[in-house]
Amino acid sequence: MSGDGSLERFRREGRVVVVGASLAGLRAAETLREKGFAGSLTMIGDEPHEPYDRPPLSKTVLLGRAAAERTALPRLKEVDATWRLGVAATGLDMAGRRVRLTDGDEVPYDRLLIATGVRARPWPREAEAELDGVFVLRTRDDGAALARRLAAGPKRVLVVGAGFTGSEIAAACRERGLAVTVAERGASPLVGALGGVVGAVAADLQRRHGVDLRCGVMVTALEGDAAGRVRAARLSDGSTVETDVVVVSLGATRNTEWLAGSGLGAGPRGIACDAGCRAFDIRGIVTDDVFAAGDVARCPHPLFGYQFLSLEHWGNAVSQARVAAHNMLSESTDRIPHLEVPAFWSSQFGVNIKSVGVPSLGTEILIAQGSLEERRFVGVYGYQGRIIGAVSFDQARWLPFYQELIETTAPFPPEFATVDRRAEGRRPLDADFPDPSVPTHGPTVTLSGYSPADRRMTFTPAH
Amino acid sequence: MTPSPLHQILDYANRADPYPIYEELRRTPVHHEGDGPYVVSTYHEILGLLHDPRVSSDSRTVARTPHDPLAEPDQQESALPPSFLRLDPPEHDRLRRMTNRPFGPPHSPHRVDGMRGELRDIVTGLIDGIGDPDRFDLVDQFSYPFPVTVICRLLGIPREDEARFHTWADAIAASLDPDPDADPAERGKGAHDARMQLGMYLAGLIEERRRNPGDDMLSALATAQGEDGSMTTMELLSTAALLLIAGHETTVNLVTNGMLTLLRNPGSLQRLRADHRLAVPIVEELLRFEPPVQLVPQRVTLADVEVRGVTIPKGSSLWLVLASGNRDPRRFENPDRFDPDRRDIQHLGLGSGIHSCFGAPLARLEAQFALSELARRLENPRLLEDPPPYRRNAVLRGPRHLRIACDGIRA
Repeated sequence: MSGDGSLERFRREGRVVVVGASLAGLRAAETLREKGFAGSLTMIGDEPHEPYDRPPLSKTVLLGRAAAERTALPRLKEVDATWRLGVAATGLDMAGRRVRLTDGDEVPYDRLLIATGVRARPWPREAEAELDGVFVLRTRDDGAALARRLAAGPKRVLVVGAGFTGSEIAAACRERGLAVTVAERGASPLVGALGGVVGAVAADLQRRHGVDLRCGVMVTALEGDAAGRVRAARLSDGSTVETDVVVVSLGATRNTEWLAGSGLGAGPRGIACDAGCRAFDIRGIVTDDVFAAGDVARCPHPLFGYQFLSLEHWGNAVSQARVAAHNMLSESTDRIPHLEVPAFWSSQFGVNIKSVGVPSLGTEILIAQGSLEERRFVGVYGYQGRIIGAVSFDQARWLPFYQELIETTAPFPPEFATVDRRAEGRRPLDADFPDPSVPTHGPTVTLSGYSPADRRMTFTPAH
Repeated sequence: MTPSPLHQILDYANRADPYPIYEELRRTPVHHEGDGPYVVSTYHEILGLLHDPRVSSDSRTVARTPHDPLAEPDQQESALPPSFLRLDPPEHDRLRRMTNRPFGPPHSPHRVDGMRGELRDIVTGLIDGIGDPDRFDLVDQFSYPFPVTVICRLLGIPREDEARFHTWADAIAASLDPDPDADPAERGKGAHDARMQLGMYLAGLIEERRRNPGDDMLSALATAQGEDGSMTTMELLSTAALLLIAGHETTVNLVTNGMLTLLRNPGSLQRLRADHRLAVPIVEELLRFEPPVQLVPQRVTLADVEVRGVTIPKGSSLWLVLASGNRDPRRFENPDRFDPDRRDIQHLGLGSGIHSCFGAPLARLEAQFALSELARRLENPRLLEDPPPYRRNAVLRGPRHLRIACDGIRA
C-alpha cells in the first residue's frame, strides 16, 4: 500500500468500516476525520443507541442522579459516517474484505476496525437468569432497567461478584438506603484486581457501609416464585438469601464469536494484535487492513514483558482507538505503538480508587503513603524487584509519580522517604493475589501469554 | 559577571518582564548555585515535582532548611498553627478535606455556582463607582476591592464589618509587598497589628457563628462534626487567614494581568466584548501566560531526588518556577504568544498535585466575570503607561497600579 500513491488514494476515497459503536469506535472515527480521512466511514453497532459512556451506569445512573438515556458521549468532532445501529456483525470475509450483518447485508471495506468490546457474562443457568429481578449491568438499557428497579425500593439486593462493577453497584444501593448482600467467591472484594491486602480494606469499607458481605462463597442457585420473580438465592455454605433483585456481576465475555472461522486471531481472550493495533491472523501473521481497539483487543506491552495484555479500561479504549486510526492512515514507517500505561478508577462508598500499571502482576505490596487502617493510602506493587503497579484510595494526586516509577522500571521496594510514610510502610507484604487459574468475578486485566493465536482459555462459572 | 538567575528573578528591575530570565533559566532545567535553592524551570520537571511525595511543604521541615531567600519571616505565621498550604499529609489532607466540605463537590457542589449573582453585583457596583473615565487606577478601584468583598461574602462577614476587613487585608497585602524604602520595622508592625486585629475579630465571629450558625462557610467550618472531627478555633483561624490571603493576592493579579494583557492584545479584547463566553478560554490562557503565582518556594526534599540528571540532595530547598514552565517550548507551541484559541492548555498556573489551588473554581469565575464586564462596559479603553508600575513581590507578581483611560462607561 505504499509508495505508489495508493495510501493517498485511500485517504481520499477509501472505505473504513468500524464494527462497534461505543467509546473506542467513536474516538477512532473522530481521529480518522481529524487526520484528514475523506473517504467513506460506516459505523456498525449492535445496540440501537448512539455511542454512550458506560462509567456512569454503575454510579450516578443507579443513584437516580442521571438518566441512562443521557449518557451520550460528547462528540469531539463531526464524523460524517453512515450509522448502522441496532445491527450486529455476524461474520468477516477477510479475503473478500467484507463484513456480514444480521440483516443479511454485506459491507465492503478497505480498512476495518474491530471495537466490539465485551458483554456482561450472564448467569450461567438460563432458566434462572430469565427470572424477573435478575439483572446484569453493561449496557445503557441494563442501567436503565436496574435503576428503575432500585428506585422502586426492593427489600434486598443481592450482588453476585465483588469486582469493581459489583462493588460500585453495592455502593449505589447502600447510598439509596437499600439492604444489600454481596456474595464473592474470592477472599475479599476486588481481590482479583488488587490482591488480598487491599481487598481486606475494600471488605472493611463495604461492611462499614452496611453491606452484608459474604466472601469465600458461591451462589449455587437462584429461586423464583410462581410468578417467575426471583425470591431467593442459595449459597455454597448452605445458607439462603431472600432477595427480590439479583445483579449478576461476574465479569465480561469478549465479543469475538462473530469472527469464528474468519481466520483472524480472535478467541475468548480477545483479538490478538501488534502494538500498532493491527490484528494477527491465526497463522500469527499480522494483517495490514484489520485493526482492533478497546476491550476486545489484546496486544503486547513492552513494559510488561511483551506479554499480550487485554485491558477493560476507559483510557485504554481511547488510546488504542487513536493509535489504530493513526496507523490506518500511515505508511509503515510512520506508525505509532500503543504504549500507554494501564490506568483505571472506581468510585465506591465515597472513596476514589485509582490504579496505574498492572497491580495484578505484582507479588508484593508496600504501603508507601498513608495507612490501610484509615482507608487512605498509596500501595505500590512489586514484581521481581521492580515496581509494576500502584493503587490509591483517596490519594490519587500522587499517582503520576508512581506511574513514572513504573515506566522507568524503578526498583521495588522503593527505598526513599516520602511524606506520610507510616510504620506499616517500612516493609513489603505479600500482595496476596488469588491463584490466577481460579477465576473470581473476571479480572479487568488479563495477561494471556505470548502467542497471537492463543485460544486456550476456559472459564468455569461460579456455581 | 552577569548576576545569577536567582538574583535576577528577585531584582525588582525585572518585574515587568521576567520572561527573558526564565528563558535563560530553562537552559539549565535544574539550576543551583552556592547554598541557594534548586530552581526548576521546565514544564515536565516542575509537574513531576508537584506530584512527588519526596517533596515536603511542611513549614516545620522548611524552617529547618536554610537558604531559601523567599522563606516567610517568622512573625507572619508564628501566632497560628500552619495552614494546610504549609502541611503535608495526613494533616494537610484532613484540614483541606474539612475546608472543602462546605466549599466544593461532592458535599457542596453549589457553593461557588451559587455566588454568580453576587459576583455580578459586586463587579457591577465597582465599575459603576469608577467615576472619572479619563484616568482611573484599575487596581485600587477594581482589582483590589473585588476579591476581598467576595471572600467576605463567602465567609459570611457581616456587611457592616466589610470596611474594617478591607483595611486589615490592605495592611497584610502591603507586608507581602515590601517597599525597600519604607522602614521595615514600621511596616512589619503594621502588618502584625492587622493580623492580630483580624485574628481577634475572626475569633469573635467564630464564637458567634458557633452559637448562631448561618449558611456561610465560616459557620459551616465552625460547626462541622464529621469523620474528621471538628476544627479547633486556632485551626479555623489559620484556615480563614489562608483563604483570605491566598484568595485575595492571587485574584488581584489575575484580574489586573488579565486586563493588561487584553489591552496589549486588542483583538482578544474586541472578541471578548462581542462574546462573553470567550472569557473561559481567555482566563485559562491568562493562567498560562501571566500566572498570578510565578513560582512556588518553600518546598524541601525528604530524599535525594534526581531530576534531568541532577541529584537534588535530601534536605534541599526548591523553587518551582510555574511561570517559566508555562512558557516552556517543549510543552507549548509558540509559548510567548497570547492565544485564547489554544486547545492544548494544561498550564501550571493553578499548580498541580495535592496543593493545587483550593479556590480555583472561584478564582476562575471571578476573573471571567471581571474581564467580560470590563470588556463590555469600558468604551475604547487605553493604557496610560506601559509597562505599569509593578508590586515588589516576585512570587505574587502583578501591577501595583494599572492606569487606564476610556471614552466612557456603558451601563
